[in-house]
Amino acid sequence: MPTQRQRRWVAFSTLLTREIRRFLRIWPQTLLPPAITMTLYFVIFGNLIGSRIGQMSGFNYIDYIAPGIIMMAVINNAYANVASSFFSAKFQNHIEELLIAPIPNYLILAGYVAGGAARGLLVGLIVTVVSLFFTALPVQHLFMTLSMVILSAIMFALGGFINAIYAKSFDEIAIIPTFILTPLTYLGGIFYSIDLLPEFWQQASLFNPILYMVNAFRYGFLGVSDIPVSFAFSIIILCIIGLTAFALYLLNKGTGIRH
Amino acid sequence: MKALSIQNLTKVYDNGFKALNGINLDVEQGDFFALLGPNGAGKSTTIGIITSLVTKTSGDVTVFDIDLETNPEQAKTYLGLVPQEFNFNGFEQVKHILITQAGYYGMPAHKAEPRADELLKQLGLWEKRSTPSRALSGGMKRRLMIARALIHEPKLLILDEPTAGVDIELRRSMWQFLEKINAQGTTIILTTHYLEEAENLCPNIAIIDQGRIVENTDMKSLLNRLDKETFILDLKSPLTAKLKLDNIDITQTGPTTLEVEIKKEDAINDLFLTLTEQGITVTSMKNKANRLEELFLSLVEKTVEK
Repeated sequence: MPTQRQRRWVAFSTLLTREIRRFLRIWPQTLLPPAITMTLYFVIFGNLIGSRIGQMSGFNYIDYIAPGIIMMAVINNAYANVASSFFSAKFQNHIEELLIAPIPNYLILAGYVAGGAARGLLVGLIVTVVSLFFTALPVQHLFMTLSMVILSAIMFALGGFINAIYAKSFDEIAIIPTFILTPLTYLGGIFYSIDLLPEFWQQASLFNPILYMVNAFRYGFLGVSDIPVSFAFSIIILCIIGLTAFALYLLNKGTGIRH
Repeated sequence: MKALSIQNLTKVYDNGFKALNGINLDVEQGDFFALLGPNGAGKSTTIGIITSLVTKTSGDVTVFDIDLETNPEQAKTYLGLVPQEFNFNGFEQVKHILITQAGYYGMPAHKAEPRADELLKQLGLWEKRSTPSRALSGGMKRRLMIARALIHEPKLLILDEPTAGVDIELRRSMWQFLEKINAQGTTIILTTHYLEEAENLCPNIAIIDQGRIVENTDMKSLLNRLDKETFILDLKSPLTAKLKLDNIDITQTGPTTLEVEIKKEDAINDLFLTLTEQGITVTSMKNKANRLEELFLSLVEKTVEK
């Protein structure tokens, strides 16, 4: 008989393996599109337009935007993976396989979030490889780069999970990415420094969590950031704690999954 | 030991519908137990609460003496569920579904694999092991759900209408399989609309209606309560004269068909004796309705009248 700890570990790794197998099985939908889209970003914004923009915060424009483009791919994919996988499980009712099994709610959350983060990070790696065709991508602070990309993937995977819990149709898992996530991403300092914005919009940008991720991640590569990196780090940790607590509350309450 | 014990279980849904009205139910270890009731009676809600898919309003459920509320993780290890609706990932391969489910119960893949192979062979799904589940026929999907419920060797297997929409040949083979695993020690709770199924398989029975248990006894005592049975007799040739039968309620329903009601205390020989005396030849005889069906309807009708 396995101990409780062994049983939990096998359950978690099974869920994670299933999630990874899912996004690898449908790689033309999950891994290929971001690679193509981000290549276009590098070609158009980096090479063609970027060469006319000149420098941003003392760096070539393509070097400046590369970390943000990688981060954008990571957060979009971490979010989309969990949102679509968990909602599909609800939609096809195979979420019941998990709900009847002896798996604590926190492990269900951990399995889905780890799966989403895995896709986000794999896509991030693919986009990083693509970016190396356009820029040297030096790494100034390896710990900051890695920790920020992992924490960002986790944070948005949690967001995707909460979205999927509430969603009642496939439309509802598209609404948040389209109307909230995409605008926040584009306004999160990927393509510009917030120093370029008027004072009001600089202050307004500080309410956008993606600004903190992009800047801290960029700091890891280039050593420059619009905001203090330790502050950015704290904000992201706080967001993860808050989203985890909320997701667990919803799971324990059975919102959207139990009658 | 009790495999399942339910005490004062109630469930009121968010829309105010009271699905369960304080039910009490015990199922002994090793039993093959039937839980019957009309549509909307509360069967699926009860099963949903036992398997954690539905949140109870009040009451207690224990599985092999483990409280489902205070120790759900332990209690759930004993349970296997074959739900009414297909609920697996249609894109996953048959064998992956089993191995993944085993993993959720803490069984690593190297242990789950031989067990999955064995179940797939026993349930006639071996040839389909690498097929995505959506490509299976309805009967195969039903068998896959049984295999999935058994992959972690549960001590209590709950089947919610497992043979709905399944042809008679497959239904019979499923009955044989279930009888075999019951004989090997698995406690089984079965809900079904085929009352013949319950009568054949289950020594103990509960009938639920309008969220209350209206009957909970052993099948033999329940069937003993029938005070009469109706038979249909097929005759060799059409009747030429009116039948004269004392103390036997008989109706001619066709030129060569009779419907006969026989009281429990009367011998069936008397009927044949009388028919033979009048030169009537009977070619075949069958029950008009399943015996349990008659009792079931009378019990459910009683609760409606109340």
